[in-house]
Amino acid sequence: MIPAQFDYLAPTSVADAVAALAEHGDEAKVLAGGQSLLPILRMRLNAPGVVIDLGRIPELQGVSEDGDHLVIGAMTTYAAVLASEAVTTHAALLSKAIATVADPQIRHRGTVGGALVHADPAGDVGAPALALGAELVIAGADGSTRTVAAEDFFEDLFATAVGEGELLTQIRIPKHTGWGAHYEKFVRVSHQWSIVGVAATVRSEGGSIAEARVGLTNMGSTPLRARSVEEALVGQPATDEAVRAAVASVNDGTNPPSDLNGDADYRKHLATVLTRRAVLAAAGA
Amino acid sequence: MTITEDRAADAATPEIGRARTRKEDARLITGRTRWTDNIQLPGMLHLAMVRSPFAHATITAINTDEARKAPGVVGVVTGADIKDVQGAVANAWPITADQKTPDHLPVVVEHVACAGEIVAVVAARTAAEARDAAELVDVDYDELPAVLDLKEAVKDEVLAHPALGTNTSAVWTLDSAAQGSGTDVEDEIAAARSDGVVIEREFRQQRLIPAFMEPRSTVCDPTGEQMTVWTSTQVPHILRFLVAATTGIPESKVRIIAPDVGGGFGGKLQTTPEEFATIAVARRLGKPCKYTETRSESLLSGHHGRDQWQKLTLSARKDGTVTGLKVELLADLGAYIGVVGGGVPVLGAWMFNSIYKFAAYHFTVRTMLTNKTWVDAYRGAGRPEATFAIERMMDELAAELGRDPLEVREQNWITHDEFPFTSVAGMTYDTGNYEAATAKAKALFGYDELRAEQRRRRESKDPVQLGIGISTFTEMCGLAPSRILGTLNYGAGGWESASIRMLATGKVEVLTGVSPHGQGHETAWSQIVADRLGVPFEDVEVLHGDTQISSKGMDTYGSRSLVVGAEAVVRAADKVIDKAKVVAAHLLEASVDDIEFTAGKFGVKGTDKGVTMPEVALATWTGHNLPDGVEPSLDADATFDPENFSFPHGTHLCAMEVDTETGATSMRKYVCVDDIGTIINPLIVEGQVHGGLVQGIAQALWEGAEYDDQGTLVTGSFVDYTLPTSADTISFVTDHTTSPSTYTALGTKGVGEAGAIASTPAVVNAIVDAVRPLGVDDVVMPCTPERVWKAIQAGRAVSTEGDRDAQPHFDEGAPNQDPGAASPESTSDGSQS
Repeated sequence: MIPAQFDYLAPTSVADAVAALAEHGDEAKVLAGGQSLLPILRMRLNAPGVVIDLGRIPELQGVSEDGDHLVIGAMTTYAAVLASEAVTTHAALLSKAIATVADPQIRHRGTVGGALVHADPAGDVGAPALALGAELVIAGADGSTRTVAAEDFFEDLFATAVGEGELLTQIRIPKHTGWGAHYEKFVRVSHQWSIVGVAATVRSEGGSIAEARVGLTNMGSTPLRARSVEEALVGQPATDEAVRAAVASVNDGTNPPSDLNGDADYRKHLATVLTRRAVLAAAGA
Repeated sequence: MTITEDRAADAATPEIGRARTRKEDARLITGRTRWTDNIQLPGMLHLAMVRSPFAHATITAINTDEARKAPGVVGVVTGADIKDVQGAVANAWPITADQKTPDHLPVVVEHVACAGEIVAVVAARTAAEARDAAELVDVDYDELPAVLDLKEAVKDEVLAHPALGTNTSAVWTLDSAAQGSGTDVEDEIAAARSDGVVIEREFRQQRLIPAFMEPRSTVCDPTGEQMTVWTSTQVPHILRFLVAATTGIPESKVRIIAPDVGGGFGGKLQTTPEEFATIAVARRLGKPCKYTETRSESLLSGHHGRDQWQKLTLSARKDGTVTGLKVELLADLGAYIGVVGGGVPVLGAWMFNSIYKFAAYHFTVRTMLTNKTWVDAYRGAGRPEATFAIERMMDELAAELGRDPLEVREQNWITHDEFPFTSVAGMTYDTGNYEAATAKAKALFGYDELRAEQRRRRESKDPVQLGIGISTFTEMCGLAPSRILGTLNYGAGGWESASIRMLATGKVEVLTGVSPHGQGHETAWSQIVADRLGVPFEDVEVLHGDTQISSKGMDTYGSRSLVVGAEAVVRAADKVIDKAKVVAAHLLEASVDDIEFTAGKFGVKGTDKGVTMPEVALATWTGHNLPDGVEPSLDADATFDPENFSFPHGTHLCAMEVDTETGATSMRKYVCVDDIGTIINPLIVEGQVHGGLVQGIAQALWEGAEYDDQGTLVTGSFVDYTLPTSADTISFVTDHTTSPSTYTALGTKGVGEAGAIASTPAVVNAIVDAVRPLGVDDVVMPCTPERVWKAIQAGRAVSTEGDRDAQPHFDEGAPNQDPGAASPESTSDGSQS
């Protein structure tokens, strides 16, 4: 398949990339890892006049630590995140979720920032980002930056707080050192988008759950955070019975799709089962 | 010296039976070969197809002005432009004399009958320019109501082809009482209703898409004295015939080449609209043209497979002895009738009774036209459908009787001492040993241990239940005896052709009429010829797939290449030996009658004199010293027409775990013991079995083509058409028993489709077996977690109410039967709710 013709720009700094976006406006599409954009272009579902490739901007690459935060460059590939000991140590949930993304080839091309801005509710990065309370750093015109909390980042299906002329540059994740984590992904074939996914991370104290964070994949038009479940889990023992009761409210605020892989009611049922399993696994039960 | 000794030892080992790695793999795997899309010709143009987005429509106008003006465009061709020269996509097998067959034009002129039909073709200097310009072709359509549902189609309320006046293409019947091969099925069923067991079920064979690895591609060079067409096809010879027959181009002016072809699974046994369109446009423009489809085009417009409703009635005595089987099929042909078309379900007609000794058998298929992509052969073609139905029914019978399903099968199958056995459908099975295959499979599987574990899990109410699925299948391979094809009104013969050319240097060229597309024929044929002629494996070159080189053939499909094609090779080799004997006798100054040929050497009885095959070949080539009247050639041709089909069989055992909380299924163990007769190359066989298993398992668990209510293919990419990968499968345990076919010189039976035929019911039987105590007696394919979970919910609900009918008689809305006319195509509204 051949995309419609477009001009290709490969800026080498965020400033140049933002300037290019300002110049081309609506005509432009930003290329990160290309794992969603290229199929869209090749199927001619979109035909931008200009593609701005962020692949040659060194400042968008890599994982670093900044005090209580991990800082992940928006163009860091899934594979690089998986290889990062800092992420495994301080944000295990993100590692576990990313390990389930598609296949090794895609994990070597696809980027964390690209996935977040693409904002497919079935993608596996949004739910852990929400659960971990990530902050998203967005660059705008004239060198300005702003930081948006993950909960304010996802606006709708394929829509985020990244506005026209803006670029996501960094994902800042508060360290969750010592938290147990599990991503329970439900698919029919291994390379599929999540039918439902549950991201859970838990801080245990003396055999019971002191704190819990739970994010849901593909249970609405955006990734969702199951706050009522998080609250209900506090102080509970990590037993099947206790967790089963605590996750009962997981579908508050969900609005899952119906498609070939399952209707909305089935997804809601899955969410309760998978949340229980994710929490128990995160708690090491 | 060592080398010489090794070679001598090597030569003593027969090639047949050796697990040779495939000689063609180096080039196929590295891609350093001629896939059709790799071919570049001077001045070649690239084509893009403009396709209908509508399932049913009339074209009112086509404006090509903008497209013609686009950069690089050389021509834009509509159906009207080529209507008299484009030929037609043909159906070679009208299954009845009054079959309704819609005209199938490669490029539509007026009437669009399914989404994806070609409406116009753009030719440009580059593929990108052709694609860009295709977007500029402006087509006006008048949409017509589309018939999309198979059961709705029967009502003839909306017609797929209004000009035909009906959606029913044909009704074809086989009846054991009528043909004298058994009793009357209605009598048996009536007897069982009063004093026996009657099982009635309706199964859905979902629509599948043959997703070969290499998308289809065609290059046509019209500039030579012979028009040359390279195309990614299984059937170069059939294509040559049909191009000539439908376009009026003399057959002698057509050369078809199937270069290396990347898979087919039946999907490339078609003569396609894209091939005819490429030929027509190339001839019109007088330039070589290439068309290569995208994957999305492949999924949409390559023919699909399966798509049947199967209504089964099985009668048995109370002791479990089966008596009658009645099969009523509704088969979706889609918008057009492909080259085999309605013949696909008919190929299953002899196989529903399978290995069991029914007294009576009745089979009827009604083939239907709808406004969906046309349906034709897909790996197994008719036999997977039959095997699925009968193997599901045998499990249902066992459940009804409360007995072990293997035991009920054993009670009813043909025993090894009963061969040859003429089945109730009228087929004569030559050899087989179902007991042996089953015993071996049970041992490898650990059948009793797994049954014990199943009991434990049931007792402990484990959320993960274990099920064991069985499929003791047979199939008919080796299409096909020409005389039988004649009685079935098939448009061609079923023979196969081969030639052997003995070169002066002792090397051998084998020309075969079959057309490999991944099977490893070059390796297997080399092994066969090496043994037969006593020459080294490496000295045999196998040539195929070019009508100028292997000029005669019926090509590759239906597990026929080895059982028919290689038989022709064997016969050609024997003719070479006969000719060589005469020359050898002359050289050895002996009588022909005293010449013995063993291990590549012609010797004289009772002496140590001898000449080798290469020596005879050289002597023949020089022609210096030949007997009077003997031509200086050892080359020979042979054409083999089989006297019967071959009947591979096997026992497949599958253990599935079912997570009753989510409906998720996972395979625990899969064992198959196949009897495919003599094995030429165990490594190739292993590959065929593994690939077939995955394809059959995929029908059970993962694949299904789905349309929306507008007739748009929803599963139009691999995002939604969920093909499995190696990450989704387990390691299979495969083994064999061997009872050689008596119909073939080599004793082979065919293996290309066995795995795909046998595995589907084994998997579904295992899933149903796992959750049967929860009130489930069927899950519609593909058995998605959602469907399994909903079946469990429905089963529990019915069990609680306590009014479950053990033998539902096709009740509307009964659990796991026909979801009803409401929306049988909808998956989210599956039949279990």
